[in-house]
Amino acid sequence: MGVFEQLATFIERIPGLLLDSGELGIIYAIMALGVFISFRTLNTPDLTVDGSFALGAAFSAVLAVNGHPVFGLIIAFLAGSAAGCITSLINVRMGINPLLASILVMLGLYSVNLRVMGKQPNIPINKPAETIYSLFKADSLAEYGELVLSIIILSAILISLYLFLKTRFGFVLRATGDNENMVRASGVNTDITKLIGLALANGLTALSGGMIAQFQRFSDVQMGTGMVVIGLSSVIIGEVVFGTRPLFRRLIAVVLGSVLYRFIISIAYEVGLEASDLKLVSAVIVGIALSAPKIGGGLAKLKSRFSTGEKAGEQDA
Amino acid sequence: MLEINRVKKVFLKGTVNERTALDNVSLTLKEGEFVAVIGGNGSGKSTLLNCISGVHFPDSGSIKLDGEDISFLPEYKRSKFIGRVFQDPLKGTAFDMSIEENLAIAWYKGRSRNLKPGLTRKDIEVFREKLARLDLGLENRMKDKAGLLSGGQRQALTLLMAIMVRPKLLLLDEHTAALDPSTAKKVLQLTRSFVKEEKIATLMVTHNMKDALEMCSRIVMMHEGRIVLDASGEEKENLTVDKLIEKFEERSGQTLDNDRMLLA
Ligand SMILES: Nc1ncnc2c1ncn2[C@@H]1O[C@H](COP(=O)(O)OP(=O)(O)OP(=O)(O)O)[C@@H](O)[C@H]1O
Ligand SMILES: [Mg+2]
Repeated sequence: MGVFEQLATFIERIPGLLLDSGELGIIYAIMALGVFISFRTLNTPDLTVDGSFALGAAFSAVLAVNGHPVFGLIIAFLAGSAAGCITSLINVRMGINPLLASILVMLGLYSVNLRVMGKQPNIPINKPAETIYSLFKADSLAEYGELVLSIIILSAILISLYLFLKTRFGFVLRATGDNENMVRASGVNTDITKLIGLALANGLTALSGGMIAQFQRFSDVQMGTGMVVIGLSSVIIGEVVFGTRPLFRRLIAVVLGSVLYRFIISIAYEVGLEASDLKLVSAVIVGIALSAPKIGGGLAKLKSRFSTGEKAGEQDA
Repeated sequence: MLEINRVKKVFLKGTVNERTALDNVSLTLKEGEFVAVIGGNGSGKSTLLNCISGVHFPDSGSIKLDGEDISFLPEYKRSKFIGRVFQDPLKGTAFDMSIEENLAIAWYKGRSRNLKPGLTRKDIEVFREKLARLDLGLENRMKDKAGLLSGGQRQALTLLMAIMVRPKLLLLDEHTAALDPSTAKKVLQLTRSFVKEEKIATLMVTHNMKDALEMCSRIVMMHEGRIVLDASGEEKENLTVDKLIEKFEERSGQTLDNDRMLLA
C-alpha cells in the first residue's frame, strides 16, 4: 500500500477516531475536573486519584454485575470522596505532607480495591447485566447513545461545579489554593476547605472510574495507574489551548483538554504505537504541555533576537 | 480591651538555637487606642502580633480580648474579630481571584460560608463605594485579578479587607515596609483615616519612628523580647525621634546601629 492510500484510509478513519476520543474524553473529563480541583484550585499534588479511580471502577463493576448500575455510580462517588477525606485527614491531623499522604492512601487503596473486587484482579460486566449505557440505549440515537449519556452527566456536573465554585464556600475553597493565610485571616478553617475540596476531587475521579468500567464493561485493579498524569495533561492542554478565564471557560477547557488528549492518544495508536507505549506518549505530552509557557517564551525570544539581528544586518549593509 | 499578661514565647526550645522571642511581655490596650510598636530586628515585634493573632500559641501567660481568654483559640476563630495586614503584600490577597471576589471573602467574615452566592449585585455596589474611598481607581477594575495589582494597591486592598467587617483589634506588621516611600505614605494615610473613623484599637509595628510619633497615641518599644519603653499621654507628646533613640540606647545598653530604625 502506498503512502497516499495509507493517508487516505487514515483520513477516512478520523470521524471514527473523533467519536472514540469524544466518548472516552468526556468520561475522563470528569476525572480531569477532579484533578483540576486538587492541583489547581487547592494547589495540592494529590496522587490519591490513581487509587480512587480504580476504587470507583471496582464498586461500579461489582454493583453493576449485581444489577445496580446507577447505585454503583453513587457508591463510587461516595467511596472516592471518603478516600479524599482520608488523604486530607492524614495530611492535616497527622502532619504528613500532602504528597506523601496521598501516596500512602493510593498505596492502601490498591488492597482495598482488590477486596472490593473479591480478590479478583479484574471483573467483566457480562451481558445480560445492565450498565447505565445499556439502560439508556435508544434506537434514535444509534451509535451516539453512549456519547449523549456521558455528555448529559458531564454537563450536569460541569454546571453544578461552576455554581458551587461561585458560592460563598466555593470562594474560600478557591482562595485556599491561592493563599491559605488570607483565608484563615478571613475567619475560615482551611482544614475544612481542604478536606471538602479533596473529597469532591476524588469523588469525581471515582465517578469517572465507575463510568469507564460500565462503558467498557470491565474493571481492572490496575486501571487507575497513571491517572494523575492523564488528568493533569488534560488540565494543562486545556489551559494552553483554550485559555483560563473566566471560570466557566476554564472548566470547559479542562473538558476539551481531556478530549484532545484522547484524540492525540488515538492518533498515536493509529501511527503504529502500541498500548504498551502509551505511558511514554502520555509522559511526553505532559512534558511538552508543562513546558509550553517556557518554550513559548523561548520562541518569542528567538524571534525577537532574529528580528533585531535582521535590523542590525540592515544597518551594517 | 486587649490584655496581654506575662506572655512568654521560646522558639526551638532545648536546641542550640533556642531563642526567647517574648520574655514575659505584658501590655494592655484601651478601646480605640492606636499603638506603635518599634524595636530592632529580632526584638519580638512580629512574634507578639503572631501570638495575638493565633499564628503562635504562647508558652506561658495569657491573652484576653474583651475579657475572653483567647490564648489558645485557633487562628481562624480569632480572625473573626482581629483584622490583619502583613508585611508581604502577597500574603493579604488571593492573587488568582478578582478584586471583588477577594473583597467578598473578607465581607462574609464571621458569617456562614454556605452555598449562597459568593458575590451579589448588592455586594458589588457596596464594594465599589468602599474601593472609591481608597482613591486608587480600583473601583473601576473590580473584575481584575488581585495578582495584577501593585504592592501598594494590594496593601490598600488588604487594609480595606481587614477593616471592612469592623474588627475589635487591628494588627499591622510593617505593612508599608515593602512599598516605595510615596506609596507607603499613601497607605499610611489610609491607615490613619480608617483607624480614626472606625475607632479600632490598633497595634502597628513600624521601623519608622517619625511615623510612629506622628500617627499614634502611644509608643511601645521592644528589645530582646521585652517592652523597654511604653509612652503615652504627655510623655509621648514630649518625645522626638532623637529622644527615642536616646532612650533606646539607655534602656538597651546598646547603640542604635540599625539603619532601618533611623529611617525617619
Ligand atoms: N517561627 C520561628 N522559628 C524560630 N525562631 C523564630 C521564629 N519566629 C521568630 N523567631 C525568632 O524570634 C526572634 C524574634 O523574631 P521576630 O520576628 O518577632 O522579630 P521582629 O521584632 O519582628 O524583627 P523584624 O524587625 O526583623 O521583623 C528572632 O530571634 C527570630 O529569629
Ligand atoms: Mg517582624
